[in-house]
Formats: sequence, C-alpha cells, structure tokens
Amino acid sequence: MDSGFAQTLLLTFQLAAVTTVLLLFIGVPLAFLLSRTQSRFKPILEALISMPLVLPPTVLGFYLLLAFSPRSALGNWLVETANIRLVFSFAGLVIGSLIYSLPFMVQPIQSGFESLPKHLREASYSLGKSVWQTLLRVELPNIKPAVLTGIVLAFAHTVGEFGVILMIGGNIPGETRVASIAIYDEVEALNYGMANRYALVLVLFAFTILALVYTINRRMLRTA
Amino acid sequence: MIQTSLRKALHAATGPMTLDIQLDILTGEFLAITGASGSGKTTLLRLLAGLEKPEEGRILVDGAVWLDSARGIQLPIQERKVGLVFQEYALFPNMTVRENLEYGLGKGQSKAIIDELIGITELEQLLGRYPSKLSGGQQQRVALARALVRRPKLLLLDEPLSALDSRMRERLQNYILQAHQAFSLTTLLVSHDHREIFKLADRVISLKHGKISQPDLPETVQYANVSDGTFRLSGEVLQLEEAGSGFSVSVLVGTNVLRVPATMEDLRRLQPGDRVEVLVDAQHAMLIKT
Repeated sequence: MDSGFAQTLLLTFQLAAVTTVLLLFIGVPLAFLLSRTQSRFKPILEALISMPLVLPPTVLGFYLLLAFSPRSALGNWLVETANIRLVFSFAGLVIGSLIYSLPFMVQPIQSGFESLPKHLREASYSLGKSVWQTLLRVELPNIKPAVLTGIVLAFAHTVGEFGVILMIGGNIPGETRVASIAIYDEVEALNYGMANRYALVLVLFAFTILALVYTINRRMLRTA
Repeated sequence: MIQTSLRKALHAATGPMTLDIQLDILTGEFLAITGASGSGKTTLLRLLAGLEKPEEGRILVDGAVWLDSARGIQLPIQERKVGLVFQEYALFPNMTVRENLEYGLGKGQSKAIIDELIGITELEQLLGRYPSKLSGGQQQRVALARALVRRPKLLLLDEPLSALDSRMRERLQNYILQAHQAFSLTTLLVSHDHREIFKLADRVISLKHGKISQPDLPETVQYANVSDGTFRLSGEVLQLEEAGSGFSVSVLVGTNVLRVPATMEDLRRLQPGDRVEVLVDAQHAMLIKT
C-alpha cells in the first residue's frame, strides 16, 4: 500500500518534471515568436495555444484518445514504424500534458517579452549582437520572473491534471496512475483515508510552490 | 562622407506623410537635427541605424554601401558601425556598469577601449553598480560610453539629454563633445534645445513633415546675424498681454522668454504658438559676464 502511495506520487512529479522541461524548450521560442510577429495569423496561433484553458479536459483527452489509438492512422503508424504505443502509456501522458499545459508556459513568458522595452534589444543589436545572443544574454535574464512563473504554473498545472489523463492514460500503477487519478479511484472505493493522504500532499505542494514563487518574484522585483 | 537618400511613408499623429530626405554629412561633422515632434527625426536616425527599412533609398558611408534598395542591399544593424544612444538610456538591467560596457566588445577586441571610455566619461566609481542604482545622468554617461565601445563610425543620439535637468545636461554635453573629438566621430544629434545645438553642433537641419526645411540655414546661426545691424532671434509666441499703458508679447527664444513691447496691431495678428522673429538693434548690444 505504502509503496503504491510513493510510486504514484513519484510518477506524478516525474510526469510534471518531464513535461515542464520539454515545455520550456517549446514555450520559450514560441513565446518569443509570438511577442515579435506582425503576422495576421498571430491571433489564430494564440487561440490554438490557449484552447486548453477553456476546453473541458475530457474533450482534449477524447481527441487524443482517437488520435493515439492503434486503429487510427497516426497511432497505427507509430506502432508500425517505432513500436510506440501512446494510449495508456507514460509517453502518451507526456504528450497530452504538453498540449494541456502549453498556455501556462507560453503566456507568462510571452507577456514578459512584450513588457521589455524594445530599446534594450535595439541597443544590443547596435552593439553587434545577433538575435540569438540578445535573447540569451539580455532578454531572458531580464524576464526571469516571467520564466519562473511559466515553469511553476506548467509544473503545478500538470500535477493537477485529471481529465486528459483519465481519458488517455487510465489507471495503471507505475505507468499512468497519478495522484489526481488515485484520489478519484480511492474515493470510488470508499477508501477516504487514502484519498485524504493524496489530497493533503497536493494541497501542501500547491501552497508551498505558490508561496515560493511569490517570495522569489518579490525579491527579484526589489533588486531589479 | 555619408551620403543618404531616403524615402519612407510614415503614419504620424497628424496623419500619413512621406519622409523624403537627401542629406550629405561630412566625416567628423557634428550635425544637429531639430523639428517638431512627428516630423521624422527619430525615423531618420532609425533608418541610418538599420532599425527600419525605407521604401526606397541609398546610404553610402565612406564609399561602403549600407543600403541600396535598387540593388536589394540592406546591411543589418549589427554590421553597420553605429553607436546608438536613446532618451531612455536602454542599459541592460541585469548587468553592472562594467558588464554593460564589456557586452559591447567585439570578438577578440581588446579591453583597452573600455578603460579609455571609463576615463572619458568618469565612470570609475560606478563600475560595480547596476543601472537601477544610478541617476539619469549617470545612466546616460554609461549609455554614451557603451555606444562607443565598438568604435562606431557614426554616433546617433536621439534626444539623449531631454530627460535630464539643465545642470546635468550641460555636463553631459561636455562628455558628448569630448567623445566626438576623441574618437573622431561623425555625430547626429536629435535635439530641441537650441542652446545645446548651438554648443555642440557644426550644422543644424530642421525637419518639417518629413522634409528638410531651410537646409543648412540653422536657426541658431541667426543669433549672430548682424549684417543689417540687427539680431534676428526666432522664437515662438507664448502669451499676449497688457503691460501698463501698452501691450507686450512674450516670445520663447531658445530657453529664454523675451517680453517684447507690442502694438494693438501686433496683438490682433499674433496668437500663441505663432513663429516670429524678434529684431533687436545690434548697435547697443553689450556683453556682461555672469
């Protein structure tokens, strides 16, 4: 029982960590492009990224389930060529979480980029520095609080994910059974004590991480 | 020698207009650009720097092509040797003063230039500080020094001192002049301050609706126009008022307000905001040291 508890929590945080790291590499360039583009397709791209904010997670989960299913073209192709099965697997959960938490990473970082005065990057360019050098040495260091907010929100949101995982992950211990699913499962089995242990961990986690973010952001604002 | 010919459609607050400028600047010249806001001054600097693209134009700097729209040549800002100083300073908040300066170093460039610039702009005491801990004047000194690290050919100053008080402004003007001479720069300064222009510039042009008006005929030079026995001071009418038994008109000349005796007729044809010339008899001019 206790090893199952630890295993579930470990899996929950593993999923969140993997998702967050991947999202950082996807979210920063995406936020950068969105903050810079003049394209008339920008609102469409922004709408697509933000869809998980308003869609019921079950809708997203439902379509992912269809797409990942070995009976679908994509699912079939993945199984045939790479032997990757996304339904009811950890890899599938990661992909679902990437989509589900993407706006939480992109939006704070995008508004961070947009809040930087454009003179900063123009000064950097005039000093002979490329767009890439300017991004790494001037822009990102000056929006650290926004990046940190993106990281924490994406991580926390992935920990709190339920609907998508229920649809495409199911409840396989050690593979797809995360804390939020476990709580639901324990309550279904009228196992309130166990549900409470999971719930309490999540409450404490959420409070600690948010308090940490606000503290760090306050300190950064004071030194800036 | 810098030869430019630029055309660009702009959307100013007053409606659409076309920036259309032919301008030759001598190497080593200090050129001031003045004109009402929205007349295209900043855009001209940005076009020279490569921060904006003209519809049509050419920029030749000592024979090198920076821009030639006919041949599709558009050198990116990184490859134009320009130093930029903005009104907003634009120092990197995440770097100390020294780091801001060193950021400007090119690959393999010696750090000797940094020490030289620190000397000229007297930044010795501030090197370890972050920009947020500096006054406006100190920040602008750092920005000026940073703009010179790459040894630019062209220094572009966009109203660099307009956010500073007049005492600080005068000190900064000296730094700018020193840098201009020490590095044999060609400098373009956008400014509204006639005293500043008079002190710094070899030549001044005025922009109006995107065009150069009265080319090479600086308003400041008119201060010294005594060929007909008068000084011609150009200025702006601020106020019309009754003064004792007569009338007077307050005119802003540079940063001084002159109260000029006026007739009833003057009051009828003038209104605040009008541009006027004040003619002063030069015969009785006196100089008093202050």
